[in-house]
Amino acid sequence: MEYDIVVIGGGPAGLAAAVEAKKSGVDSILVIERDRELGGILQQCIHNGFGLHVFKEELTGPEYAERFVDKIRELNIEYKLDTMVLNITEDKIVSAMNSKDGLINIKARAVILSMGCRERTRGAINIPGTRPSGIFTAGTAQRYINMEGYMVGKKIFILGSGDIGLIMARRLTLEGAEVIGVAELMPYSGGLTRNIIQCLHDYNIPLFLSHTITRIDGRDRIEGIVLSEVDENKRPIIGTEKYFECDTLLLSVGLIPENELSKSANLKLDNITGGPIVNESMETTVEGIFACGNVVHVHDLVDYVSEEGSRAGKNAAKYVLEGLGRVERIINTKLGKGIRYIVPQVIRLENIDNSITLFMRSDDVYSDVIMNIKLDEEVIKRIKKRTLTPGEMERVNIDMSLLKDNIAETLVVELDRGEE
Amino acid sequence: MYDIAIIGAGVIGAFIARELARYELNIVLIDKENDVSNGASKANSAIIHAGYDAKLGTNMAKFNSLGNPMFDKVCEELDVEFKRTGSFVVGFDDADMETIKELYQRGLDNEIEGLEIIDGDKVREMEPNLNDTIKGALYAPTCGIISPWELTIALAENAADNGVEILLNNEVVDIKKIELGYKIITNKREIDSKYVINCAGVYADKVNDMVSKDSFIITPRKGQYFVLDKSVGDFVNTVVFQCPSKVGKGILIAPTIHGNLLLGPDAEDIEDKDDVSTASENLEYIKEIAKNSSSSVPVSKVITTYSGLRSEVSTGDFIIGEAKDAKGFINVAGIKSPGLSSSPAIAEYVVDIMKGITGELKEKSDFNPRRRRVIRFNNLGDEEKAELIKKDPSFGRIICRCESVTEGEIVDIIRRNAGATTVDGVKRRARPGTGRCQGGFCGPRIVEILARELNKDMDEIVKDREGSYILIGNTNKGKK
Repeated sequence: MEYDIVVIGGGPAGLAAAVEAKKSGVDSILVIERDRELGGILQQCIHNGFGLHVFKEELTGPEYAERFVDKIRELNIEYKLDTMVLNITEDKIVSAMNSKDGLINIKARAVILSMGCRERTRGAINIPGTRPSGIFTAGTAQRYINMEGYMVGKKIFILGSGDIGLIMARRLTLEGAEVIGVAELMPYSGGLTRNIIQCLHDYNIPLFLSHTITRIDGRDRIEGIVLSEVDENKRPIIGTEKYFECDTLLLSVGLIPENELSKSANLKLDNITGGPIVNESMETTVEGIFACGNVVHVHDLVDYVSEEGSRAGKNAAKYVLEGLGRVERIINTKLGKGIRYIVPQVIRLENIDNSITLFMRSDDVYSDVIMNIKLDEEVIKRIKKRTLTPGEMERVNIDMSLLKDNIAETLVVELDRGEE
Repeated sequence: MYDIAIIGAGVIGAFIARELARYELNIVLIDKENDVSNGASKANSAIIHAGYDAKLGTNMAKFNSLGNPMFDKVCEELDVEFKRTGSFVVGFDDADMETIKELYQRGLDNEIEGLEIIDGDKVREMEPNLNDTIKGALYAPTCGIISPWELTIALAENAADNGVEILLNNEVVDIKKIELGYKIITNKREIDSKYVINCAGVYADKVNDMVSKDSFIITPRKGQYFVLDKSVGDFVNTVVFQCPSKVGKGILIAPTIHGNLLLGPDAEDIEDKDDVSTASENLEYIKEIAKNSSSSVPVSKVITTYSGLRSEVSTGDFIIGEAKDAKGFINVAGIKSPGLSSSPAIAEYVVDIMKGITGELKEKSDFNPRRRRVIRFNNLGDEEKAELIKKDPSFGRIICRCESVTEGEIVDIIRRNAGATTVDGVKRRARPGTGRCQGGFCGPRIVEILARELNKDMDEIVKDREGSYILIGNTNKGKK
């Protein structure tokens, strides 16, 4: 089996990439999805608020997905469902498996990785205590409730204030459960401000900042948790323990890009994002293998996932049809003060048409700061920011005209208190 | 009326059941839990010890040294993964090296083969991740690693294949002497049996006291563990113990048969025989002490923690034999470490005891020591995989991504004798949910497959014990 482009993962990133690649003139495209339908995790996100940037209207997750699924069908893009990719080689041989075709090896000229991310678990954060039932990651509970139609509990505590946890606080309340609290290790929420307001404040659900769970109780089903305040080093403070009875604990303690396949293809990963290192074209460190969406870094808005998917699709098509400019001048992005990560990590100017979009997150909450974009030492752009939080991704456009005549090797983003 | 009732379906009870199933006997294996292997047998260091540790003359020394060599055959017969990795007991100073010499001598007394005292350089040559502070070690090549619950499940399955009845969710609350034997009263029913074998683990003292005045006391000794991600599973290739010293018994670093890395256990005497909770202080202690062996032990790669209980018995040694004041009631109690390693030899010995009581037992002509091969899809070659999918398409559908477990494997382990009926039961048999996402993706799928195979609704499926429900019914707009 041979295709020009194989897209791994049929969620928002993969679908946008496939659509854009097709529009850019590549016909032979295969999307491989491990679930029973296209759309990825969007299918279980039945709340609204998707699509404000891309479609200028508020859609639910399945509605948003449907827009892209419709385009896939319109454009006659091939896809395989219920199919698991087992391995990718550096030569772009994709091994996959399903019940109909059995084991298949697909030769691709370009591969687009869009496997998304997975949730961190109880084990990853080491909550001691017993191991009863009733402990779910927020996403698993979301699947049970929204896709399978089953309730997971009556009296709920949520650890972690990531967006899925917040959304689930509201969802469970609407389903008749009592959400007794949401605890967050950090002194600020990990989710979007709008979700804090719409999912917690509107329903009088308390948010305990700088708190964590220090024990789980219950032999068969969970019966309660001990909540402790943490100090500035995130260590529980003895004497601050509070006991909450509950029959369910949801964990919304972070997402990790799903990069097992990337490792099989020997891609270089970024230690901070957990995803592959990519360049301006969303190409990874292996030529012809592209990546987009949450597999690269965890996004907070699906609109930006789609945007990144389109960029990967367009450039994969360009790679297949005419080749990308390889090495003329490389600019590496560099983290300045207050910046946790920047994507892409590498910029090759000759592949940029008009402007380049940088995605980034701050490493803490900041207010009234100036974001300086510097080429080596020279500031080329200054952006005033009212607030920056690690929970909200920043998107910065840099015009090509600012880059092209400069011979700098690094592009630095830093936060400045703005004394001048 | 049964001939023999075995109380406790842990590795000891299941092994005895399987060995007695070779004879024309009507046997029932009873457990209070919702699955076999749900006590100490599922939560220990998963090691088959070489046998140098216990003092000559003890039951522990005798059955460990007899038991260790028996694992190759029984694991081959039952298709249970087992690997002889060898072990080190590492020492850090002269006092430790003295202890190591004592252990070496004990090993010679117990006739353990291949023991060697090696210096620190040799240790690091074999295990480069270990610390420079290690002065030397006792090397025991016959030490092995195993999945203890898989062994127990395989034994129970093979026992059932050969006619043993398994009765789960039956907690023994009393035993009465009756004319021909004993009446066992559980929370659910009454069972008459000519002979009773008490393999009740930490509860063996309670069960003994139901029939015998000759008491002993079992104190649960809790040990906590970390399981680390498979990406660091080859951090060590041998089981690395620390030398027991005045400061403590040391913490082991060991590979697991499934390719993870294990750290632990500590030791804490507790009162509650059911308390398998973990605690931060203990877990922190384990991390700290493990670093004595290797300061680079990758503790950030933890995927889960657990704790298990050892049966510390007041007599200090395994109690195996007929109770003096209760004819036909046999105790197999206080089977703490190295109980797993001793289990095949203990089972053989209990068969001899039974023969002593009943006279010669009649062998079955159709006893089958093998069980049907377990399909481990991921270990097959491409051609075998393709063939299997052609025969049964459900092997083409991967349910657990972290461990690459197919639907076909899950259905198979549910349909076997002593098969899985719970989410954790599936996990222990076929491994979905043991990977780094800990069931986040496959959990709902497993519930769905169990419901379908067991002809139940999804909200009737439990995680593990009877009360460990997962779902509480439909949502307002859910199905039905």
